[in-house]
Amino acid sequence: MVAASDASVLNGSGAKTLTGPGAHSGKISARDVNVFYGENQALKSVNVGIPERSVMAFIGPSGCGKSTFLRCINRMNDTIAGCRVTGKITLDNEDIYDSKLDVVQLRARVGMVFQKPNPFPKSIFDNIAYGPRIHGLAQSKTDLEGIVTASLKKAGLWDEVKDRLKEQGTGLSGGQQQRLCIARAIAVGPEVILMDEPCSALDPIATARIEELIDDLRKNFTIVIVTHSMQQAARVSQHTAFFHLGSLVEKGETQQIFMAPTDKRTQDYITGRIG
Amino acid sequence: MTRLLLSALILALGGAAYGLATDRARQLSGGKLSNLHSRLSYYGFFVALWTVLPALLLVIAWSIAEPMVMHSVVQSQLPADILTKSKAEVAMVDSSIGTIADGFQRLTPTELAAALASKTSLVDLLGSKGVALGTEPEAFQIAAAQQLNRWSDLSRYGITTIALGLAALGFVLSMFRLTGKLRARNAVEKIMLAGLVGASTVAILTTAGIVLSMLLETIHFFQKVPPQDFFLSTVWDPRFSAAGSTGTAGGQFGLLPLLWGTTYISLVALVVAVPIGLLAAIYMSEYASKRVRTVVKPMLELLAGIPTIVYGLFALISFGPFLRDAGAAIGVPVSASSVLTAGFVMGIMLIPFVSSLSDDVINAVPQTLRDGSLGLGATRSETIKQVVLPAALPGVIGAVLLAASRAIGETMIVVLAAGIAANITVNPLQPVTTMTVKIVSQLTGDLEFNSPQTLVAFALGLTLFTITLGLNIYALSVVRRFREHYE
Amino acid sequence: MTDVTVDTGYTSPSISALDPEAVRRRVAQRRAAEWRFQAYGVAAITFGLLCVALLFTVIVAKGWPAFLQSTLKLEVAFDPAVIDPAGKRVTDDIMAADYQALAAAAIYKQLGIAPDDAVATALADGLLSTGADVDLRKLVLADPSIIGKTQSVYLLANGNVDAVLKGAIDRAVPEASRQIKDQQLAWVDQLVTGGRLSKAFNWGLFTRGASSQPETAGLGVAVIGSFFMMITVLLVAVPLGVAAAIYLEEFAAKNRWTDFVEVNISNLAAVPSIVFGLLGLAILINFVGLPRSASLVGGLVLALMTLPTVIIAARAAITAVPPSIRQAALGIGASKMQSIFHHVLPLAMPGILTGTIIGLAKALGETAPLLMIGMVAFVVDYPRTPLDPATALPVQIYMWSTAQERGFVERTSGATMVLLVFLLAMNLIAVILRRRFERKW
Repeated sequence: MVAASDASVLNGSGAKTLTGPGAHSGKISARDVNVFYGENQALKSVNVGIPERSVMAFIGPSGCGKSTFLRCINRMNDTIAGCRVTGKITLDNEDIYDSKLDVVQLRARVGMVFQKPNPFPKSIFDNIAYGPRIHGLAQSKTDLEGIVTASLKKAGLWDEVKDRLKEQGTGLSGGQQQRLCIARAIAVGPEVILMDEPCSALDPIATARIEELIDDLRKNFTIVIVTHSMQQAARVSQHTAFFHLGSLVEKGETQQIFMAPTDKRTQDYITGRIG
Repeated sequence: MTRLLLSALILALGGAAYGLATDRARQLSGGKLSNLHSRLSYYGFFVALWTVLPALLLVIAWSIAEPMVMHSVVQSQLPADILTKSKAEVAMVDSSIGTIADGFQRLTPTELAAALASKTSLVDLLGSKGVALGTEPEAFQIAAAQQLNRWSDLSRYGITTIALGLAALGFVLSMFRLTGKLRARNAVEKIMLAGLVGASTVAILTTAGIVLSMLLETIHFFQKVPPQDFFLSTVWDPRFSAAGSTGTAGGQFGLLPLLWGTTYISLVALVVAVPIGLLAAIYMSEYASKRVRTVVKPMLELLAGIPTIVYGLFALISFGPFLRDAGAAIGVPVSASSVLTAGFVMGIMLIPFVSSLSDDVINAVPQTLRDGSLGLGATRSETIKQVVLPAALPGVIGAVLLAASRAIGETMIVVLAAGIAANITVNPLQPVTTMTVKIVSQLTGDLEFNSPQTLVAFALGLTLFTITLGLNIYALSVVRRFREHYE
Repeated sequence: MTDVTVDTGYTSPSISALDPEAVRRRVAQRRAAEWRFQAYGVAAITFGLLCVALLFTVIVAKGWPAFLQSTLKLEVAFDPAVIDPAGKRVTDDIMAADYQALAAAAIYKQLGIAPDDAVATALADGLLSTGADVDLRKLVLADPSIIGKTQSVYLLANGNVDAVLKGAIDRAVPEASRQIKDQQLAWVDQLVTGGRLSKAFNWGLFTRGASSQPETAGLGVAVIGSFFMMITVLLVAVPLGVAAAIYLEEFAAKNRWTDFVEVNISNLAAVPSIVFGLLGLAILINFVGLPRSASLVGGLVLALMTLPTVIIAARAAITAVPPSIRQAALGIGASKMQSIFHHVLPLAMPGILTGTIIGLAKALGETAPLLMIGMVAFVVDYPRTPLDPATALPVQIYMWSTAQERGFVERTSGATMVLLVFLLAMNLIAVILRRRFERKW
């Protein structure tokens, strides 16, 4: 993806012309996205493109709107009363806020991993099988077992749990639980995986494993990760977008954002002056 | 009234003691209140409490003990042949002596002496003073009545003297202890704390009272009717408890039909209340908009605020006749009071109970679980059915058990709508009866306290208490563990 | 299941890879299931609301006639020969006079019946309430100077006449199986057109005591009894409950005893109310020897029953006061007791009050325990003290509900309306209090 020059984004006003084709290309593209919680505007005119089969990180101080934007991409904001989204977000050039599109199908294509590991109070097997079952992805029991095994393997959890698939998912350690949740998301065969600070509740060792996993998954999936930790963004992502006070301030290749930010606010954040 | 007057007098003395003690403390301070350990009012309270509390406790204790002492005074005066009579007759003599003693109180001593000497009719004499006697009292009754009056006089003067003396003693002793260094606040607060501790034990005393009183009466009952005839018999036919009669008088006290009726009606009630209450709670907490919730929730809670007698009345005047007529219209005989009537109306009563408990439980399931499921592309109902409800299951089970305990102990609906015939039937259109109905019917009307017909109510009560207690303890612990799991 | 060998390159089938038509069909099915599930929820709530509506409709429809009572306006001659033949004006004599005869004479005169016409007088007697004498006696006792005069007096009509006026008796029913005869019906119509017989607001429903005649039965004794009981509950349960809550919330150490007390309280809150009645019967009446049917005993039983509610509400209110308040008070040198009584308790008061009112409302509607302690009593005179025999509102409803006469049926529902109005008022006060003093920390 090509980093757009974003002078127009900086002023945060609505009408603008976008320069550079990058804003519209890629797996996902957002154009002039505004989000309101009741009277409050949480996101102001966000424009961004997310390239396929790579990791994009959203960084910024807390309350900057990065998680809000992430939740727009699979319409999880629909579940919050009083939340309103304007603008256009496309997945493979298909408007995801189109009234004809079923949100259930969208979420099967855009999976999500949350801040706190949230395995269902079911067995490990049933946790993974939940998604394929509701979407009717498996034709037979063997099929389903294949999906579960493959997902656990891809999430790097297989060796740890292969002998106790019938045990409760909640009995695993925090890091294992989070990998279980990733496996659960993988099992429905999504094209995009959204991760909302997936490591914030984990210890450094578990974090390292998840980061390795993310790097691995990049080969098959488009990954968007929201993170508090700039080091993590630098480690796992190829592209980074910096959010501040509800606006997307700067975006580009990770290397460039961290080495040579063009915006003063990005600079201040990276050097630790705001945050 | 005199007891009240005495208590008021003691309280007034306490007030005076408060004034005197604060004055004294002010003197002790030498004009500089900071010389004192505590604020002035604490010195006042310190002395006032010492003046009032011991005296007042004595008065209360004696008020409780006095009837028993007086009773034994009267008993000691009764001839042996009276005491060997039945309990009811002794009680009758007892109360007649009380009446005579009351009548004597209204006569002047000279009037009384003259009356007793001249053997005029006491019925007429006391009647003119407004005390009605049935028959001319016998000599031993007169003697007992006089003895009773002597003792009550003694009691009255005695308690007044002792209480006032105790108040004075408390006042003097505590005044002596009054110095500037006295930690009056600490002393007063210690007494307050004792009061708080005492209040917190009332709940335990209540439970103990329930268990002990019912256990005692139940043991009485089992002395007359063997336990196996109560627990294992299928026939409930207590006959009448004729006043004055003792012995089992041929009644049969089988618990099983009552237990069956109770269980059956409760089951019907749960079948109505659990699905409706649960679905209502799910809709309210997962789907309804805030505006709908603020309007509809209080309206549903109205059902919870309606007394059960009103539900019973509804079943009696409206739902029961409706079912009977509806049954007649399609040629099915339905009795106006039936399992279905009572169970259905009880189910309506339980809807808000089930729904508010389930509401709490469903809200305790963390939002992250819902997000996890929705994020995978599950619909809301799939999320609820496959993630939220399984997670909330222990809490929901707890709620259902609490509702069951409510249903089992419910009285007024079944009294008015279930019937009184102790049937064991599976036909929901027939009347059955419950433990609570029988407790009520055995204990209303004229009571003969020593007959099994009455005592059986306590055995039923104890059974009811044990069942509901078991359900409550289990349900509450399930719910508590569920909450702790998600906290 | 583990014998299925899949290499890590295996990709789960994606929803995009499936046949779009099959996916569309499946999603449609799932949407339908979603819709059905929501419909169940709406149906459940609708059912609940319908029950509320039905309950109130039935009670009001059956109960409102009870607030009207047919009254006869008659010219009653207070004949000294009947009231006080001896002419001594002694209260006992006046008490014992046959007032029903006065009322009867007045109606014979009104209808123009000869007093010696046995058939007609018997029928005319049937128009009057048999309780009419009580009202006349009261009138004379209040003002003996009316003896010898003739006055317009409003007297209660018989229950059957009342039923005719309220349209509860079908005139088409053959005379033989009707409770009111043709002649009487004619008289009723004549009296109504003459303005002598009409329906008036039934004050007696609120003031009269027990009676075997529906038209002279009222809630007076029950209201006073319930009032005494509520006062007792207030005086016993509230101080005890608040004190226990303070101890458990502020002082009690976390140990087994405290756990035991807490489990005990929550269990007590779920004990069937009838068991409290058995407790009252066994301990307060049999052991302590308090009189049966006394509102004091009823009040004490209800107080014990309400205690857990008050404790739970008070504890919730006390915990809601933030610790910063306590720390602030302790920080300036107040003792713990002072910080609680001067700062925490006043702030928790609205919550405690709300809980108390809700507990009182529950106690006011409670019937079963009162049946155990003999509140099912036929009490004609107002109780003067809490130790006098009395009944309670819900018990009165119960007693009337078991009576067969038509007049009692409407009174049962009428009394229920009175009870519900009291309860609604109490709940409303609780809601207003909560709104008014609700405070976010």
